[in-house]
Amino acid sequence: MTDMRMIRTQTFLGIPPFPIAAKKALADSQLRGNMHHATHTIRAKRAKVTSELPDWEQLRVAGADIKDDVMANLGHYLEQLEESLTKAGATVHWARDAAEANQIVIDIARSHKVDEVVKVKSMATGEIELNVAMEEAGISVWETDLAELIVQLGHDLPSHILVPAIHRNRSEVREIFLREMGKVGMAAEPDLSDEPAELAGASRRHLREKFLRAKVAISGANFMVAETGTLVVVESEGNGRMCLTLPEVLISVVGIEKIVPTWKDLEVFAQLLVRSATGERMNPYTSMWTGVTPGDGPQEVHVVLLDNNRTTVLADEVGRQALRCIRCSACLNVCPVYERVGGHAYGSIYPGPIGAILTPMLKGVGTSKQIDALPFASSLCGVCYEVCPVRINIPEVLVHLREQVVDSHREGVPGTLLTTMKGASWLLGGGWRLGLLQKAAGLSTRVLWKNGMIGRMPRPMSRWTDARDIPAPPAESFRAWWKRTDGGRKDAASAGKTLRNGTDQK
Amino acid sequence: MKAREEILSRVRSARVAAPTHPIRRDYAHTVELADPVGMFVERVEDYKATVIRTGPDGVAAAVAQSLVGARRVVVPAGFNPSWLPDGLDVVQDEPVLSSVDLNGVDAVLTSSVVGIAVTGTIVLDHTEGQGRRALTLVPDLHVCVITADQIVGDVLEAVGRLSASVMAGRPLTWVSGPSATVDIELIRVHGVHGPRTLRIVLVEPTTT
Repeated sequence: MTDMRMIRTQTFLGIPPFPIAAKKALADSQLRGNMHHATHTIRAKRAKVTSELPDWEQLRVAGADIKDDVMANLGHYLEQLEESLTKAGATVHWARDAAEANQIVIDIARSHKVDEVVKVKSMATGEIELNVAMEEAGISVWETDLAELIVQLGHDLPSHILVPAIHRNRSEVREIFLREMGKVGMAAEPDLSDEPAELAGASRRHLREKFLRAKVAISGANFMVAETGTLVVVESEGNGRMCLTLPEVLISVVGIEKIVPTWKDLEVFAQLLVRSATGERMNPYTSMWTGVTPGDGPQEVHVVLLDNNRTTVLADEVGRQALRCIRCSACLNVCPVYERVGGHAYGSIYPGPIGAILTPMLKGVGTSKQIDALPFASSLCGVCYEVCPVRINIPEVLVHLREQVVDSHREGVPGTLLTTMKGASWLLGGGWRLGLLQKAAGLSTRVLWKNGMIGRMPRPMSRWTDARDIPAPPAESFRAWWKRTDGGRKDAASAGKTLRNGTDQK
Repeated sequence: MKAREEILSRVRSARVAAPTHPIRRDYAHTVELADPVGMFVERVEDYKATVIRTGPDGVAAAVAQSLVGARRVVVPAGFNPSWLPDGLDVVQDEPVLSSVDLNGVDAVLTSSVVGIAVTGTIVLDHTEGQGRRALTLVPDLHVCVITADQIVGDVLEAVGRLSASVMAGRPLTWVSGPSATVDIELIRVHGVHGPRTLRIVLVEPTTT
């Protein structure tokens, strides 16, 4: 018997632009505590296991090079993959956008007359909001990854690529399970504690009946080997294996950039991905399958190759390196911004540094204030680039996208930024104007000081100061000091002061 | 075929220039380990799986010890009969067990094809003695026999050894410890949907 009650999947629609969403997230001390603990734990694990491999840097270089080769010959590899998959008994579908991909999946599910499917966590299906489309078509989608289950039952949104419920702690998970599991299947035991092991046990019992009866499963894939038609799913819990093995029909929705050319290339990525992602030497389960295996697993295998603007990213010379991404989430875990605001503020299935470049490119710069704010959600510190296993220069792409955002707003009424910049250009264009400004700043901003810093200022300067503190300007500017002392020659006291400051710093 | 043509045409019109250098593969192509078998054992145990080391004569006893507590055990066709302990209640997968029937079995006993020392991984290619993929997934206890000569140093060597299986279209399952999750507060919990217990029997040549 199928549970008739359906879960209404949440969407990121209506999430406010990053500065507003971030402010709200920062005020949530529970969230900040959860995020700090999680990102620091995983960061330390990653650092430890990557340092175990003396050739880690060479592996990164190889990973980047292999993916660059894929991008340079993508048409060739896609055709080769299609041929390998077809030969292995799989059916290949092509989807230009989210709507087309969703319709393909819905049509296959309907052809088997099912009203439910089981699903492995996949970023691509999150990107196209497949669950929402399936629910609208009257088909329940059961997320089977523990974290995705927590998100789905909690009517919540994912906040991390790898551990989507990273923002929830154990007692919140317990409450969600107790309240929601019974509504859609086997209920949690009423005396369920908040021990992670017990919570995992509850998810095992809840999902087991769904796995055993499911006819159709949906997955993504971490890699697709063009040469052989082999798909790879990397996971930990065994929910992936359940979905990939037990149902009769398997539909995998995969972005076209997920290709690696040859089987041999996996020797690089099998080392890069897991150590970067969970900080383990290897994940518990990796499944690799090539089309249909007679007598083993699904006998009807579909692969949906998804574009959804990846080809637009491909055409962007600077931005296309984002297509190397293997969704490990190492950049999230080291990011000082992500660590403090969490994933929801990015308003996308792809949060953190990679999300700040991928989302604007996939959805289009200039299409909304929310999108246009993302390339600015970074301090450009560059740690994301250092840890990226495929060497995506995220800061470079961020700056490139900032340029595009500014360019896209050149028409029409100039905004605060442009007006300010024009003003600055006039002020800095002449020495006397700058001197006047500095004098004024030294006096006027003193009213706004707090501990030697300028905090919040009134509009329109609040657009800048709401998210940043500025060191208060000194009472005397360098220009004024130089003029007064002739570069320190005239005033011995002033020179002595400078010297003393210098020694103080030792 | 409209979507296909359009995507391929968009890909081609992106005009990505060829990389200026060939793929740099300067990573380590061999790994020298003093004791690969010892490292394999250490790394498997690091995942909280257990390993029993035995000579060829002790395999059946080690298997019996690993299966303690399991009454009905599914054993795939082609499993080495000399490794089977006496008096085991063997469940056959012929005719093919339904998922529900498989769910009622206590344990599964298989062999494997490759072991990886550096990562503590066993790999199954689901040929003789390893069964179809569901067999090693649904029961709660997996006992896996591996011989010392199947253990390679690192991932790179494993990929090389597994090439023939993949070219032949075989599915692969890489197993590194029991089913686990870190989804709640990043605390590692063993046993979600796959077998909650993994026990490995390692067969080493008898030394004199």
